[in-house]
Amino acid sequence: MSAVVQQGPGLAKSAPAATIATMFRTITEGSLRKHHQLDVLFRHATRLFAFLVLALLMGILASLLVGSMPAIRAFGFGFFVSAEWNPVTQQFGALVPVVGTLVTSAIALMIGIPVSFGIALFLTELAPIWLRRPLGTAIELLAAIPSIIYGMWGLFIFAPVFSEHVQPLLTKTLGSIPLVGLLFQGQSMGIGVLTAGIILAIMVIPFIASVMRDVFEIVPAVLKESAYALGSTTWEVVWNVVLPYTKVGVVGGVMLGLGRALGETMAVTFVIGNAHRLSLSIMEPGNSIASALANEFTEAVGDLYLSALIELGLILFLITFVVLAFSKLLLMRLSRFEGLQT
Amino acid sequence: MNLFYLGGASMTTLCRKAMVVGLISAAVLFFGGPAAAASEITGAGATFPYPIYAKWAEAYKAKTGNRLNYQSIGSGGGIRQIQNKTVDFGATDMPLKQDELDKSGLLQFPTVVGGDVPVVNIPGIKAGELKLTGAVLADIYLGKVKKWNDPAIANLNPGVKLPAQDITVVHRSDGSGTTFIWVNYLSKMSPEWKEKVGEGTSVNWPAGVGGKGNEGVASYVQRISGSIGYVEYAYALQNKMVHALVKNRDGNFVAPNIETFRASAAGAQWDKAPGMYLILTDQAGKNSWPISGATFILVYKTQESPDRAKEVLKFFDWAYADGDKLATDLDYVPLPDSVVKLIQATWKSQIKDAGGKAVWQ
Repeated sequence: MSAVVQQGPGLAKSAPAATIATMFRTITEGSLRKHHQLDVLFRHATRLFAFLVLALLMGILASLLVGSMPAIRAFGFGFFVSAEWNPVTQQFGALVPVVGTLVTSAIALMIGIPVSFGIALFLTELAPIWLRRPLGTAIELLAAIPSIIYGMWGLFIFAPVFSEHVQPLLTKTLGSIPLVGLLFQGQSMGIGVLTAGIILAIMVIPFIASVMRDVFEIVPAVLKESAYALGSTTWEVVWNVVLPYTKVGVVGGVMLGLGRALGETMAVTFVIGNAHRLSLSIMEPGNSIASALANEFTEAVGDLYLSALIELGLILFLITFVVLAFSKLLLMRLSRFEGLQT
Repeated sequence: MNLFYLGGASMTTLCRKAMVVGLISAAVLFFGGPAAAASEITGAGATFPYPIYAKWAEAYKAKTGNRLNYQSIGSGGGIRQIQNKTVDFGATDMPLKQDELDKSGLLQFPTVVGGDVPVVNIPGIKAGELKLTGAVLADIYLGKVKKWNDPAIANLNPGVKLPAQDITVVHRSDGSGTTFIWVNYLSKMSPEWKEKVGEGTSVNWPAGVGGKGNEGVASYVQRISGSIGYVEYAYALQNKMVHALVKNRDGNFVAPNIETFRASAAGAQWDKAPGMYLILTDQAGKNSWPISGATFILVYKTQESPDRAKEVLKFFDWAYADGDKLATDLDYVPLPDSVVKLIQATWKSQIKDAGGKAVWQ
């Protein structure tokens, strides 16, 4: 207390001594105690909020488990490998939606990651300064478009163009390659797993690109300039300096995109074709977990049907968990080898 | 420091304000609640009749001041809600069988008639040009008839130029009463369909792509050349889709319109259907549209609150009497008067209060 009063005038020499004296007079023992109490209260409140999330997660997991018990009991592990989905005979299996979810997300990332990387690279290293802000804002705005708009756009505008111009071309060129060609055969309807993957790619690009851009921007100029001074090209700087420096953030951005792709519902429902059939070709219609849930939940008559849908939700939950855990492991491995290569 | 205290003060005023608001709303709920509940009935279920129920509710409120709160959450949800007794009535497109009704003590009655229309997108084929039978439709949906110029289709359509194009089957991806009527019809017309696929609000489709909702199926059909789908009648009409003619039980190829739907509702023998379990597919009558179906209301036979039950019945009584014009405006087909009389007789004889006294006099 007294120390504060003594220091006061020293800190702000220009202020009149009288005002400073009134400023600090209010600090008494009582107010300090009160301050401390508020601090404790604040800490506990924030802890409560944090644990609330954990409790919520546990609650959701528990209710998913309870809800899917009838299906787990009826089908056991066969649920994961059965491609049957028959509401009439009440036989359900998760294989088709699980495969559909994984394949569409994989396509989305295969397209999304390189494009996002290119966007982030251009915005941080190559674009003229005046262009960076408007372009960056435009990409962030893309992330704010509701997913149903992407779905409708995909169905009404993208799918017709895709089926008329792109799909026949793909079937003609890639479709004739042995083995790989099987992926690209079938009727060109513009609706199917591939279309869903492309729409998802468009949806995840803003997420991945804006995270990548943000982390690329925090790379210290000293590092980059040193590399340039050694004669590196822009590509070498980005590949050998920027990317290793920002890998945690980049992987985080990719995971954010993957999370969106795995759980996306409306946009996928519009374009995936919603057929519970397993087919080799990515041109054929398929189904995803989120889309099956959105389609069938309202009219799921019977306990087993409902329970099978809830178990699908549980599986999606587990997939997301595994993906997150895997990305953490990846990051740990990356940091263990840090410094060995260079 | 001072600032912090100021903040504290404003926090407490905020809290006080929030409490006052909370108290007021609680008071509104407490005192205003029962008064509003007496004149408000609630229902939940099928999405197909939602537009007409909403329209009826609006007109009914204007006339009587009584409100109907109908939530279109789907037939499955409607059945669950009425079984949990959270609503005054449930609504379903797929009627419950007598034993299911008995198990929960429910009574079921139809309100309006609708149905399905097969719509096609074949180059060069205009509305009403293509003729199909139930058996051929089933084979198409089974994936057995794969081309539009297949003899099975060509034989029905002499003089119509059919392309050698692949058929793309479009079905609903979501569970729906529209699907139920469709697969019920296919099951009646094809033993193979009945055995392999069966019927329900959603089935395991042997072929094709699934669109979400009528609009999903419609847009797939409009987009994919060589496709065939089925949509709800009102939807096909309002979107001027290319429909096909279907052969009815009497052997005539009929077009879907108000008259043919009405004919199938009139020809049906409701009095002989236990629990009013009747799907209007493949009904007799030379003008009957073969793929029709009614939508149903579910209420409890033994009413814990007879006053509310009476309000529900009063609403539907009004709808049967004065709601026909509104229904036809929205392309629903009102029930014939003979059927309405039958329904009201069941109300009288079957819906009782706890003491066994009839609710509807």
